[in-house]
Amino acid sequence: MDTKWIEKIVDRYGRDKTRLMDILIEIQQEKGYIPSDTLPVIARMTGISQAWVEQTVSFYHFFRREPSGRYAVFLNNSVVANMMGRDKVARTFEEETGCQFGEVSEDGLIGLFDTSCIGMSDQEPAALINGKVFTRLTPFRVREIVRNMRAGKPVEELSTSGYGGGSNALPLIRAEVRNNIQRKGPLLEENYETGTVLREKLRLLTPEEVIWEVKLSELRGRGGAGFPTGLKWEFCRRAKGEKKYIFCNADEGEPGTFKDRVLLTEYPGLVFEGMALAAYAAGASEGILYIRYEYKYLERYLNHVLEEMRKNNLLGKNIAGIEGFDFDIRLQYGAGAYVCGEESALLESAEGKRGEPRFKPPFPVEKGYLGRPTIINNVETLCAAVKILYFGSEWYRTMGTENSKGTKVLSISGDCRYPGIYELEWGYTVNDILDMAGADDVQAVQVGGPSGTLISPEEFSRIICYKDLATGGSFIIFNNRRDILRDVVHNFMEFFIEESCGSCVPCRNMPWLLKQKLEKILSGHGVWKDLEDLEKWPEIMKINRCGLGQTAANPVITSLRNFRALYEEKIQKGRCFDEGFDLEKAVEESCEVVGRIPLI
Amino acid sequence: MRKKIIATTSLAGCFGCHMSFLDIDERILDLVELVEFDKSPIDDIKKFTRECDIGLIEGGVCNSENVEVLKEFRKHCKVLVSFGECAIMGGLPALRNTVPIRECFEEAYLHGPSVEEANEEMILPNDEELPMILDKVYPCHEVVKIDYFLPGCPPRADLIWNTLYALVTGEEVKIPYEVIKYD
Repeated sequence: MDTKWIEKIVDRYGRDKTRLMDILIEIQQEKGYIPSDTLPVIARMTGISQAWVEQTVSFYHFFRREPSGRYAVFLNNSVVANMMGRDKVARTFEEETGCQFGEVSEDGLIGLFDTSCIGMSDQEPAALINGKVFTRLTPFRVREIVRNMRAGKPVEELSTSGYGGGSNALPLIRAEVRNNIQRKGPLLEENYETGTVLREKLRLLTPEEVIWEVKLSELRGRGGAGFPTGLKWEFCRRAKGEKKYIFCNADEGEPGTFKDRVLLTEYPGLVFEGMALAAYAAGASEGILYIRYEYKYLERYLNHVLEEMRKNNLLGKNIAGIEGFDFDIRLQYGAGAYVCGEESALLESAEGKRGEPRFKPPFPVEKGYLGRPTIINNVETLCAAVKILYFGSEWYRTMGTENSKGTKVLSISGDCRYPGIYELEWGYTVNDILDMAGADDVQAVQVGGPSGTLISPEEFSRIICYKDLATGGSFIIFNNRRDILRDVVHNFMEFFIEESCGSCVPCRNMPWLLKQKLEKILSGHGVWKDLEDLEKWPEIMKINRCGLGQTAANPVITSLRNFRALYEEKIQKGRCFDEGFDLEKAVEESCEVVGRIPLI
Repeated sequence: MRKKIIATTSLAGCFGCHMSFLDIDERILDLVELVEFDKSPIDDIKKFTRECDIGLIEGGVCNSENVEVLKEFRKHCKVLVSFGECAIMGGLPALRNTVPIRECFEEAYLHGPSVEEANEEMILPNDEELPMILDKVYPCHEVVKIDYFLPGCPPRADLIWNTLYALVTGEEVKIPYEVIKYD
């Protein structure tokens, strides 16, 4: 076998085992899959065991072990995609290609695969084809796309759709993705020139003063957990270590979330400046933007922005003329794993390993990337920090509620007229937001994605803030035509089954058991005991290692709490046991194989 | 007080759980003071002769006969206990659940190393007398209602003893850490 090409790739990353993700991504892109015979070469050159390489490869959804077609279609199967007609689109793909999802067409041309939410919930159904995003798919467009594949057109020419607005139309992106910025607030307002804080403010402030200002603003992490940002920076500044890192978490994998995609498309300079600001505060010298594979289409553009910033002395050595302020940023792509949004799993992944969350403590601010002090902030948090330094913490504190200062960017999707992103001060009620988005006849809202809460109209007067309804930004609306249990809860449980990293037993098994129970109830075999089980069993999820595992039963827990009537109406009354076991059906297959008539 | 009546069976199991039961050693003398056995491999009674208080089930459900026996147990026993991994989750036999049933038969009767030349006519057993194989191995509680579960492969003798003793006397069951730790 010719191994030169692999060696070249591994050499490009300095034979560094912690760059395994990059190596594998390049091989995947070069060949369309990761051939088995590349593994020993990688292992030998990077000095790790082949099993190590293998376990990393097997962890990530977009690393394929078999050829996946010259055109590999990954069609999103999230709840919103289904609501917007995914089923018809999927069936058209199957009819046109002659293969089922999970297969490659006989001629090896087209592979069809399911994938979890790709961050396009405001423009579903959407798919990734060889890394390029196709949104608002219809059966007509699918037929057209498949026809173009058969004609051998490059992936750029498969679609006749126009480019999305804003930067999406730039030559470096050329994506049909739309921004759908429906409401701007101080964060999204274009009242700021990238680099101003670095150039004008920092020379007047010590790192401690920067931290103090962020602390005064009461900014909290916008990824969902809400940890005070200033405190995190201070911890990292105080942590012992010669080298420190700033990570930006752009892995937004929570179904229904897509705000970071828009921020990275329209405000990448602000994000990177936020990282540099954090670096100044903590004394870090290296920054890494960990970004999900689904946003690969932004890679060239983001690298270009970084290059421009280097040219303008906003990155590199002695940034903005400040002696000793050296900092640079690189991109680190993931390869399709929801759990990598968990900060310690993200670090593992960035180190070239399986994205399995670490035990805490120690927290990343003490022992993070490569065991060194690391700050990990959400994309939105970093943007906010820059504006806080520019306009002042006083200004920031004038917005929001008593305990939640500032604004939050929400990703709104589902049954409403104006899906997209909305920047709001904390403190609006759910009703306000539904009004804004043009949503009528609403049955339920999923706040904070599948790991959040499913609320009913009785709770629509609740307030979006850390004290009441906290959210990382996902807001999915369901109207009265939706079947909450079948369309929503079931889909979310399948999502968690697919995305569990498998480390902790409850997270690995419980979602599966809950899904089975749910299916039993949906099939009409449910009894009261099943509802009791659904209530009791998830308690054990608390012992899972990470926040994602601890919330993986939330779709069942919160729907049972807020939509109990939907469950109860499907339960058999007056029967205390029914497992739905059907002997006739259970022996059917074996009798057919041996050629006997089932006698029951 | 009349003695409690116990029935036991091994479905798709290896009898290991029954062996572990016998590991209660000399306590078996205490046991016979407390209980009588009805249908059970221990006394070789094949059919239920009366209504029982406690039924112990070893093994999962892999064929139609297992289903029948398990349903009989449910009918005749007030309390049913799944004991051991196979009864609770299917255990080793359930490894076949991911393999299509045709492949299982072919491996077992046609191409397996022990049958390769013995089965020249390439027969897949299909006599009416034989139990019919289920599409997969089921845990017992997916077929009938099970009241208690004793984990382990096999469950420790102490766990079996403590449970039986509690069920028979009505006292609270003792489950110290040692009897349910597995490493």
